[in-house]
Amino acid sequence: MSETPLYTLTDLSKRYTRGKETITIFEELNMTIDQGDFISIMGPSGSGKTTLLNLLGGIDKPSGGAVDCEGVRVDQLSQGKLAQWRASHVGFIFQFYNLMPTLTAAQNVELPLLLTKLSGRERKQRVQTALEIVGIADRRGHRPRQLSGGQQQRVAIARAIVADPKVLLCDEPTGDLDRTSADEILETLQLLNRELNKTIIMVTHDPAAAEYAARQLRLDKGRFVESQAEMA
Amino acid sequence: MNDLTLIRKNVFRKKLRAILLTFSILIAFFIYGGLGAFYAVWNSGSELAAENRLVTVNRINFTVSMPIAYYNRVQAVEGVESASHANWFGGYYQDPTQQVQTFAVEPASWLEVYPELVFPPGQAEAFINTRTCVAIGEDLAGLYGWSVGDRIPLLSNIWQKTDGTSSWELDICAIFDGETDEYPANYAMFHYDYYNEALAFNRDQIGWMVINTVSAEQNQIVIDTIDGLFANSPAETETSTEAAFSEAFANQFGNIALILLSVVGSSFVTILIIVGFTLVTAINERTSEIAVMKTLGFPAPRIFRMVLAESILLALIGGLLGLGLAYGVVSALAAAVSAFLPGLSLPLDVFLTGVGLAVLLGLLTGLIPAINAQRVDIVSALGKQ
Repeated sequence: MSETPLYTLTDLSKRYTRGKETITIFEELNMTIDQGDFISIMGPSGSGKTTLLNLLGGIDKPSGGAVDCEGVRVDQLSQGKLAQWRASHVGFIFQFYNLMPTLTAAQNVELPLLLTKLSGRERKQRVQTALEIVGIADRRGHRPRQLSGGQQQRVAIARAIVADPKVLLCDEPTGDLDRTSADEILETLQLLNRELNKTIIMVTHDPAAAEYAARQLRLDKGRFVESQAEMA
Repeated sequence: MNDLTLIRKNVFRKKLRAILLTFSILIAFFIYGGLGAFYAVWNSGSELAAENRLVTVNRINFTVSMPIAYYNRVQAVEGVESASHANWFGGYYQDPTQQVQTFAVEPASWLEVYPELVFPPGQAEAFINTRTCVAIGEDLAGLYGWSVGDRIPLLSNIWQKTDGTSSWELDICAIFDGETDEYPANYAMFHYDYYNEALAFNRDQIGWMVINTVSAEQNQIVIDTIDGLFANSPAETETSTEAAFSEAFANQFGNIALILLSVVGSSFVTILIIVGFTLVTAINERTSEIAVMKTLGFPAPRIFRMVLAESILLALIGGLLGLGLAYGVVSALAAAVSAFLPGLSLPLDVFLTGVGLAVLLGLLTGLIPAINAQRVDIVSALGKQ
């Protein structure tokens, strides 16, 4: 573990208002995440797992507290700055892959690179590398509907890593996959964590998936319970 | 890949919808282009009018004649450079369905006030000096296959001769054209004297006078002087510029501009509603995709521009296809109707205005979807999956 944490969450709280009712998701949550961590977060539905992931990714704002990432107060960035920050710091992997149906696998992977100043040639090179890392380079010309769920998720992972972010935020990445495909995806994530030192924070309902993480957290009633910590 | 690739792929992601939308836009722009071409040729009289040219008609209306003596008095008015006169003959060839727009004119003075009429060498002189000569416009000659040297009977459905017939035997001694395609060459002219001497009634009357003033600045003075000359007479006159006369002539059939504007406007408003509603629906279907793009770091203004560009691209494709179709149809019709609508074509300004309208249509139909796309909330959009 490095000395300075990648993320520092201080007194983080999130509340929603529905009509006259205020729902507290969590209150005064504190945690640190180091560079290179592979964390799984489990917990019952409504415990705030995805909300926490959204706050870490800068796609939602906390009701109170601070989200600090390498000295940047993510919770205080404007929408425009947040978009820039997300593009360069965070890769997202979703349960339902969320690939663009009109684009090929390679074009889907290239999408985040449109936000960079890389030349077309450099972009192609990066896309090829990302596709090879996740083992789907031979399907680069296929559209999402021509790929299986596992293959689509590989493309989504390639899209998440192509801009070389430090952090991968995974929301139920295997939730829509069979066991075999899920294991393949989790092994890929483990590989990215070990070989490329990507920090991975994964929300899951699946205890078997959580096993792949080095640090397993359980979010319950707005509090973290660290259930296990085994460095792979 | 670049933004344009994404825009293009999104426009055509549902091919049937894209084709139907393009087709509906195409129809609107085809109507616009076709009617625009028609309006341009209909209105060309006022556009081609010389600035210093006036037209004098009977104050009652231009179908009522006035004494030829007026012509002599008008020629003497200060500020008048040249003048001529004409009568509507209302001719046809062989059969009343074969209409031939024919005027009885004084050839020498007529060619002086209309220098834009172009004759092959020697034919203008032949027209002036040959009493039975009829000068035929090139389009009209083409329509009936006439050539110099032909002798043709032209019949009038208005005038009768003293011998009880309505047929004037005429020798084609000149075939003229306008100096550019915009000038009509779809009518015939023959000698007023030859026409007048045979008339059974309404002899020594003229239909209207055409006057060239020394300069356009003199127009109003000359107008006031001429109309003043014949005030309180049995045949009072009304003089106006040629442009105003042409416009009034065109508008006798109704306010053509308003009619065309109503038709084109209705089609555009309909298309605006159809395309606008469809695009709003199309963007709503893509809410989660837009949320993903925002998650990846695409800023809201860029997404706004991309969605707006989609609707502009769609409108431009439909618009250009519609204008292209209008150009094709108008060009195909031009030769067939040259005798009635000379110079029928899709003018460049109508085309460019059409392109501008397509961009405007794209902006208007894309604005609400683009605003909606820009405002997509990532958390709620992804949460609905």
